[in-house]
Amino acid sequence: MTATTSSERVLMEGSEAIVRAAITAGCRFFAGYPMTPFTEVLEHSARLLPDVGGVCMNAESELEAVGMAWGAAATGARAATGSTGQGLSLMQESLSELTLAEVPLVVFNMSRSQGDYFQATRGGGHGDYRHIVLAPQDVREAIELTQLAFHLADKWRNPVLVYGDYLLAHTQEAVAIEARDFGALPDKEWAVDGSRSGSGWSATVTPLGVGKTGQRQFGQEGKAQYIATKLPLLEREVRFETGHVDDAETVIVAFGTPAKFVKYAIDQLRADGHRIGYVRPITLWPFPYDAVHAAAANARVVGSFEVSTGQLVDDVRIAVAGQAPVEHLGGVSTDGSGFGVGRLLDVDEVATRILALHRGEPQPPIPGYEEFTYELAAHQQEATP
Amino acid sequence: MSTTATPRGLGPVLDTRVAPSSGARVVEAQMPDLLLTEEHSLCPGCGEPLAVRVFLEAITELGLTQQAIAVAGIGCYTAFSGSIDVDLVQALHGRAPSVATGVKRMLPDSVVFTLQGDGDMVNEGLQEVLHTAARGERVTCILLNNGVFGETGGHMTSTSVLGQRTKNTIDGRDAELHGYPILIGDLISRLEGVAYVARGSVHNAGAVARTKRMFRRAFETQTSGAGFSFVEVLTMCPTGWFVPTADGPGELQRTLGEVHVMGELKVDGKIKTTEELHDENVPRQREIEAKFAAGGLDI
Amino acid sequence: MSDTRTVRSRGTVTIEVESCKGCELCIPACPPAVLTMSSPVNRKGYRYPELHAGCTGCAACLLVCPDFVFEVFRFDTPVEHTLPVEDEPADDEGVTA
Repeated sequence: MTATTSSERVLMEGSEAIVRAAITAGCRFFAGYPMTPFTEVLEHSARLLPDVGGVCMNAESELEAVGMAWGAAATGARAATGSTGQGLSLMQESLSELTLAEVPLVVFNMSRSQGDYFQATRGGGHGDYRHIVLAPQDVREAIELTQLAFHLADKWRNPVLVYGDYLLAHTQEAVAIEARDFGALPDKEWAVDGSRSGSGWSATVTPLGVGKTGQRQFGQEGKAQYIATKLPLLEREVRFETGHVDDAETVIVAFGTPAKFVKYAIDQLRADGHRIGYVRPITLWPFPYDAVHAAAANARVVGSFEVSTGQLVDDVRIAVAGQAPVEHLGGVSTDGSGFGVGRLLDVDEVATRILALHRGEPQPPIPGYEEFTYELAAHQQEATP
Repeated sequence: MSTTATPRGLGPVLDTRVAPSSGARVVEAQMPDLLLTEEHSLCPGCGEPLAVRVFLEAITELGLTQQAIAVAGIGCYTAFSGSIDVDLVQALHGRAPSVATGVKRMLPDSVVFTLQGDGDMVNEGLQEVLHTAARGERVTCILLNNGVFGETGGHMTSTSVLGQRTKNTIDGRDAELHGYPILIGDLISRLEGVAYVARGSVHNAGAVARTKRMFRRAFETQTSGAGFSFVEVLTMCPTGWFVPTADGPGELQRTLGEVHVMGELKVDGKIKTTEELHDENVPRQREIEAKFAAGGLDI
Repeated sequence: MSDTRTVRSRGTVTIEVESCKGCELCIPACPPAVLTMSSPVNRKGYRYPELHAGCTGCAACLLVCPDFVFEVFRFDTPVEHTLPVEDEPADDEGVTA
């Protein structure tokens, strides 16, 4: 069975669509370790990659997974790995270093919330590095952004993270896996394959800035400086979507699957006459600071809606740069297992919160946790000034 | 020309600045083909370059040069990542086996080997090498074992022997506090995907010669597709052991060498434990040393 | 009794003096014990090995040298060195030719 490029729409869950999109983009190596809600990405990879002559490794841990994908990508193959936030936490040393090594790895986070935003955009690892982060809002967009991820990774020799979640991974949509062509890319002359061994010009893929004797030596500082010169160029890859911002009094910023709820809610509120607009970052890094700044120019208030205690809101504050007050809407919301979708992700809940912000009213508590307050133990009580 | 006084019994110092212009052939070249420079920043008396020489020579002699891909770990030997003339992927501390797996799975006709130290492989990366071995990956993992983390200045690893003094076991490794050393070759040999396991050493010329044969067999194992191959090499670290450089080989034999014994632990499906190697090892070493004394061993 | 003796060298080496780091591992490694450490030092400040008559070309020195100092040769015809007898060791000193 060849790569499933087709315009025929088939009902499939996001995990499968993502794997089929990766294969369509030429991905021929995947390694992963089961963890909810990422597990199905590994299952579909194990099933579909061998059919196209690819390799799927059932890694013994997330450390092996990212290591194997690193090695595969170093040979010039399109390679990917992934996990959920906790598993990506384990991979952080490797994700940091392989950015310095300019390994074009694609990484999937099927997150349990939007609380991995910092991990994705600030980088959970050590040192000064950035990953391009793409945040699809639904399965259809995930098919496009997955293919874009491989393209951008190769274009810049920089890892690209695709930020998904439980809803994206497990929602079935009728989709067609259409191949996208983002343009020609140069050959991977830097890749290792053994053919230059013994020539005096053997290849090195390294974060340490050490070239072979007689070749260009960056050194560690030089390598880091060299990568730093890439960052302003990476910022050109910013992508975003806006709606109803031209005359908006209230602007909401949201990403990923919750953004679709936000957009739907705002469409309804607009129909009721409320001047509310939205900015949806498609790249979380580079963040669309300029677009949010412009949208906030004439707004009375800006809110970030996110399923977390507030991480996206930091970037929104930076973007708004004091033009209007910035508030965080939403919060931690999950199901009983801790992996999935909570009560907050509901159009009415979302619309209520947006309208409250628009009217200057207090935010309602998270459904089910109305009575929750943190109780200070007696010894923590301090005389308040 | 030297002005050294001639020691009693020896003739004058000979001129060794230039090669004989005729009437002689090279027995051993100064440098292996696959090493770009003899310069390195490793300590005087370090055993690691001795191992590097012989595995690079083995690759060339087996005709595997243009298939060879190295995956380097992090340790003193990382200094060779710039001078080994082999396509190379630099991995993190302990993580070379998984990177090697990814390379080999994408390029099954390549000859992939890792270069790791004991701190790298047996501390940080214990699960990596065990899983790679269990999977029977057709790669060759090379362990340079000096019983210390050399690059950080000489600290205890999982292979340090009881009583060994290091900067963080200054009174000697104590089983109560620090546990017991891991004999990694024995762990690996029991895994079914593993085809060849050997433990060499570089404490004298005979041991180096024996170790070179182990490397040849390991690479032949890889190219035959029989399974995972593994060569451990005990190396001197006089700096990490607090001994003068000239005492390195003796110290190796007295300490690491008594615990991590030289020999082939798994070959042709037969497993020998380190304990079983103790008995065979001494006569075998004597045999090789005698051949050297008689005028050289054809390596 | 003549006043000379003959020592045969079956091989020889070149020694890259400036590469040496003075570790002295080659000295005990040499089976005929024909390497000694110099008195002068090289540019790095290390003493380095010097070769005397009697080399067999066995390459033991090369195998134990961490700094790639040696290259080893074998003569088509062994070279004979004539040494004065007063340099001959007493019976309890172990030098083989």
